Amino acid sequence: MLRYTINRVLLMIPTLIGVAVLVFFLLRVVPGDIVEIKLRGDGGSVTQETIDMERKRLGLDRPLLTQFGDWMVGMATLDFGNSMWTERPVVTEIAGRLELSLQVAIMATFVAVLLAIPMGTMAALFRDSWIDYAVRILTIGGLSIPSFWFGMLIMLTLLALFNWLPPITFTPIYVDPIANLTQLIWPALAVGYRYCAVVARMIRSSLLEVMNEDYIRTARAKGVYERLVISRHALRNALLPAITVIGLEFTFLIGGLVVTEQVFNLNGIGQLFVQSVSRNDFTLIQGMVMLIAAFYVFVNLVIDLLYAVFDPRIRYNA
Amino acid sequence: MSVADTSDDLRALRDARPEVAAPLLEVDDLHTQFATARGIVRAVEGVSFTVDRGEVVAIVGESGSGKSVTALSIMRLLPRLTGKIPKGRIMFDGRSLLDLDDEQMRQIRGRDISMIFQEPMTSLNPILTIGLQIKEPLQIHLGMTDKEAQDRSIELLQLVGITDPERRLDQYPHQFSGGMRQRVMIAIGLACNPKLIIADEPTTALDVTIQAQILELMKNLSRQLDIALIIITHNLGVVARYADRVLVMYAARVAEQGAAEAVFHDPRHPYSMGLLRSVPRLDRPRGGKLETIEGLPPNLADASTACRFAPRCPFRIAVCDQEPPLFVTDTGSLSRCHRHEEIASGKITWSAAGGAGLNFAANTTAPVLSVRNLTKNFAAAGGLRSSAGTVRAVQDVSFDIYPGETLGLVGESGCGKTTVGRLILRLEEPTSGEIHFEGVNLSTASPAELKAMRRKVQVIFQDPYSSLNPRMTVGQIIGEPLHVYKIVDGRGQVEARVAELLENVGLRPEMAERYPHQLSGGQRQRVGIARALAMEPSFIVCDEAVSALDVSIQGQIINLLEELQRKFKLAFLFIAHDLAVVRHISARVVVMYFGRIMEVADRDTIYGGSLHPYTRVLLDAAPVPDPSIEKQREPRLIKGELPSHLAPPTGCVFSTRCPQVSQECREVVPPLEEKRPGHFAACIKV
Repeated sequence: MLRYTINRVLLMIPTLIGVAVLVFFLLRVVPGDIVEIKLRGDGGSVTQETIDMERKRLGLDRPLLTQFGDWMVGMATLDFGNSMWTERPVVTEIAGRLELSLQVAIMATFVAVLLAIPMGTMAALFRDSWIDYAVRILTIGGLSIPSFWFGMLIMLTLLALFNWLPPITFTPIYVDPIANLTQLIWPALAVGYRYCAVVARMIRSSLLEVMNEDYIRTARAKGVYERLVISRHALRNALLPAITVIGLEFTFLIGGLVVTEQVFNLNGIGQLFVQSVSRNDFTLIQGMVMLIAAFYVFVNLVIDLLYAVFDPRIRYNA
Repeated sequence: MSVADTSDDLRALRDARPEVAAPLLEVDDLHTQFATARGIVRAVEGVSFTVDRGEVVAIVGESGSGKSVTALSIMRLLPRLTGKIPKGRIMFDGRSLLDLDDEQMRQIRGRDISMIFQEPMTSLNPILTIGLQIKEPLQIHLGMTDKEAQDRSIELLQLVGITDPERRLDQYPHQFSGGMRQRVMIAIGLACNPKLIIADEPTTALDVTIQAQILELMKNLSRQLDIALIIITHNLGVVARYADRVLVMYAARVAEQGAAEAVFHDPRHPYSMGLLRSVPRLDRPRGGKLETIEGLPPNLADASTACRFAPRCPFRIAVCDQEPPLFVTDTGSLSRCHRHEEIASGKITWSAAGGAGLNFAANTTAPVLSVRNLTKNFAAAGGLRSSAGTVRAVQDVSFDIYPGETLGLVGESGCGKTTVGRLILRLEEPTSGEIHFEGVNLSTASPAELKAMRRKVQVIFQDPYSSLNPRMTVGQIIGEPLHVYKIVDGRGQVEARVAELLENVGLRPEMAERYPHQLSGGQRQRVGIARALAMEPSFIVCDEAVSALDVSIQGQIINLLEELQRKFKLAFLFIAHDLAVVRHISARVVVMYFGRIMEVADRDTIYGGSLHPYTRVLLDAAPVPDPSIEKQREPRLIKGELPSHLAPPTGCVFSTRCPQVSQECREVVPPLEEKRPGHFAACIKV
C-alpha cells in the first residue's frame, strides 16, 4: 500500500509535466499579448520601442523553449515566477485567494454531504413514497438551477429580510470566525445545493442497487435488525461510489466558481482566473492551471486510497 | 378415486403416521403473488406440505416453478412492495408465521429458521469480515458478548471444516473460494442452533466434488443436531441422495409430492415422469435420443383454471381443462393428475425414446482439428509493473477431433477447459504448442487462411442471456455473419437463409423479428446455435452450451445438437462440467484437471472402466437420480480443494487430493500414456 502510494505520487510528475507543456504552448498560440494590453489597453499610444523594451524586460522576446525551460526549472525549485501584470510572486497572488476558495469548497462539501446522505438514504428506503418524490424534486432542482442564480435568490432574500449585504473585504476565519462564517455560509449553501443534489442522487441509486444485493437478503435472513441492515450492510457499500463524486465535485469548487464569486462579491480563485486570462497574464494563468491540475491528481489519489480503506477487496500491492 | 381438499388430505396423511407429533413446519394452501408491470404473477398457488423435525424435504422444479418463492414466503423475505401472500397459512413450531409482526418474525429468522442461498459469491457482504458476519446472529439473537461470540464462531468454522479458524475470522469473503464461502454460509445458518434450515440451491454454483462435500456436511449436521432441512434444487441426483421426501413443483403448483423412493421409482404425474426421463443419467446405459418435454412452461401472469402442465403433456385429454386436485395415489404420494390411476396401472407410459444412437464415423479419416502440446500461461495480476507469478492455465494438452465426432471435455472450474476452447477459437494466443485445423497450422497460417478458419470454426456460448446483443433482432443476429462473409447475396436471400436457419433449430421464421429479451432461455440458445450454423462451419466449440438451461429444455437442445451434427456432419468440442451430459453426447471424452489432461478414452471406457483416480472421484461425486442407489452407496469424498495457481503442486497436479497418492507422485509429473489401446491416462499408479 505504501509502495503503491509512492508510485502514484511519482506518477503525478509526468502527468503534471504534460499539463505544463500543454498550458504553456496553448497560451502562446492564443492571440493577444500582455504588453499590448498593459500599455495600450486604455487607448494610450506607446511606441513600438517601449513595447519591445517591456517585452524584453518580461523575457517574452526569448525563444519559446528557453522561456519554457526557465519556467520548468523555476517550478522544480518551487519558484512559480512573478505575475506579469502585478509583478508580485504568483504564489502570493494565489495564496490569498486560495484560502477563501478552499474554505468555500470545504464548507460546501460539509453542507452537501451532511444533507445528501440522509436525503439519498431516505429516498432509496422509501422508494416511490412522498419522501422519495420530495427528494427527487429537490435534487432535480439542484441540478437544473444554476448556482449563481440560486445565490442571487439567497442574496435578495437576505437583503429583503435582514437588510444584509455581503461585505466588501474578506475576513479570514482566524481573524473573526463569526464574520467569516456569516460571509461564506451563503455562497457555500448556493453551490452546496447543486453538489448535494448530485451526491444525493448518487447515494439513492447506489443504495437502491445495493438493497437488491444477495448479501442484504442474507443479512435479513439472519434476523439482523433492519436499522443495522441499512447502516452496516447497505450504506457502507452504497457510499463507495459516492466518494468519487464527492472528490471530483470538491476539486471543481476550487477553480470553477467564477460567477458565484461575482454574485457574493468574493475574491476567490475563479475571479483571479478570469482576471488573469483577460490580461493574458501568462505566468499567473500557468501557475493557477498547475495548481488546479495538481489538486485534481491529488484528490484522485485520495479517492483511490479511500476506496482501499473502505473496500477490503481493493488492495494495491505494487 | 380419492379426491379431497388439499389440507384435509395432508392432515389425513399425517394422522396415518402414528409416531409423528405435530410437524415442525406446516405450509397450508400458500399463495404468493407479485405485482409486475405485466400484471399479477401468481408465483405460488395452493402449495401445502409439512416438514417434520430432523427431516430432509426437497423441493424440485425448473426455474420459475415457484420453489424459491415458497422458501422466501416461509422466511417472509419477499420484496416488500411487490410481493404479497393473499392466502395461506404457515405454522412453524406452533406459531402462525404470517400473523407475526415484523419484529417477531425477525426474531425467528436466523434463530429458529436459517436460510442458505445459492450464490456463495454474492451472498456474503464483501466489505465486512467473515467473523463479524458469523458473530452477528449470535450477538443479536443470543445476546452473546464479543468474546463468547468469537469462541462460538471458531467452533462453528471447525464444525463446517474450515481450518485455521482464528485467522480466517479476520478475513474477508473474497479471500475464500466458492466452496469455502458456502461453508461460511452454513456456519452462519447453524450459528443459533436453528430448528429448520432452508437451503436454496446450495450447491448449484459449485463444482461436483465440492458439491458432494457441502451436501454431505449439511446432511451429517442435520442428523447430528436434529435440524430439519428443506433443500431446493433442480438437480434430481441431489434430491435422490439426500431427501426423505420430495415436492415436485411445476408452474407455481405442486405437481407431485411424496416419499423420495415413491416419486423417483413410480412417478404418478406426467411431469415428474418426463423430468426423470429427460435427464441424461450416469446409472443407466446411454439411450439414443434423450426424451424431452416439448414446449415451454406457461406464463404465470395468465390466470388459468386448466391443468398447468396440459399444454406440454403427451397424455392430455378433455378433462385436463379442469385443474386437477391433489389425488392420493397408490404409492401414497400425492399427484395433481386426473390420470394418475392409469399411470399407476401402466396403461399410459411415456413413449420410448425414438431414434437410434449416433453412428460414429470410423476414425480412419484425417482429424478435422488436432491440438499438440498446447500450453497457455497467464501473468497473474500484480501491481503496476510487476506480476505476481504465472498461472499455467493449460499445460501440454494434445488431442484430435475427427469429422462428425463429438469430443467431450470435462473438468471442474479452473481446470482450463474453457481456455482450451478459447485457444482453438484463436480468442487467445497459445504460449506454445500447435493447433492444426483441416491440416493448416494456425500459428503459421496466412491471414486469408485464418479468415477461412474463423468461418469454419464456430462457438456456442454458455450464457444465452448475455451472449446475444440485446439491441439486435434475432434476424439481425443470425444475418450478420451472412453479410460479413458474403455467404449469400441480397436482402431477400439473407432473409430466406435466416428463415431456413431458424427452421433448422426448431424456431418459427417469425422469430426473426423478435429481440432476445422476448425469448426464453432455450429459445435464445437455439438462436445462438442458428448463428453458429449460419457460417456453415465444420467444427463447433460448445462451451457449457446447455449448463444454464433447465432440465427439460436441456434435453431439447442436446437432441437438437445431435440432430444437426448428423445432418451437417459437424464435429463438436463439447466443453462441460456435467458428467452425465458429456457422457450422453460424446464419442470420446477428455478429462482435465488443473490445466492438464488426466485421461482420454472413448465414452464407454471412461464411464465404465476409468483408470485415473481423478476420473473415478469425479464420477463418484456426481449423484444419480435414483434414491435406492444413492442411499446405499458410501460416498467416497474427495478431500480438499483445487490447489492455488500461484503455488502449483509439484509432480502430479492431482497429488494434493488423490486418494492413492504416494511420495513418487509428488516428485514426477506423470506423462499421458496409452495404457490400453485408445485409452490414455496420466498416472503412474495404473
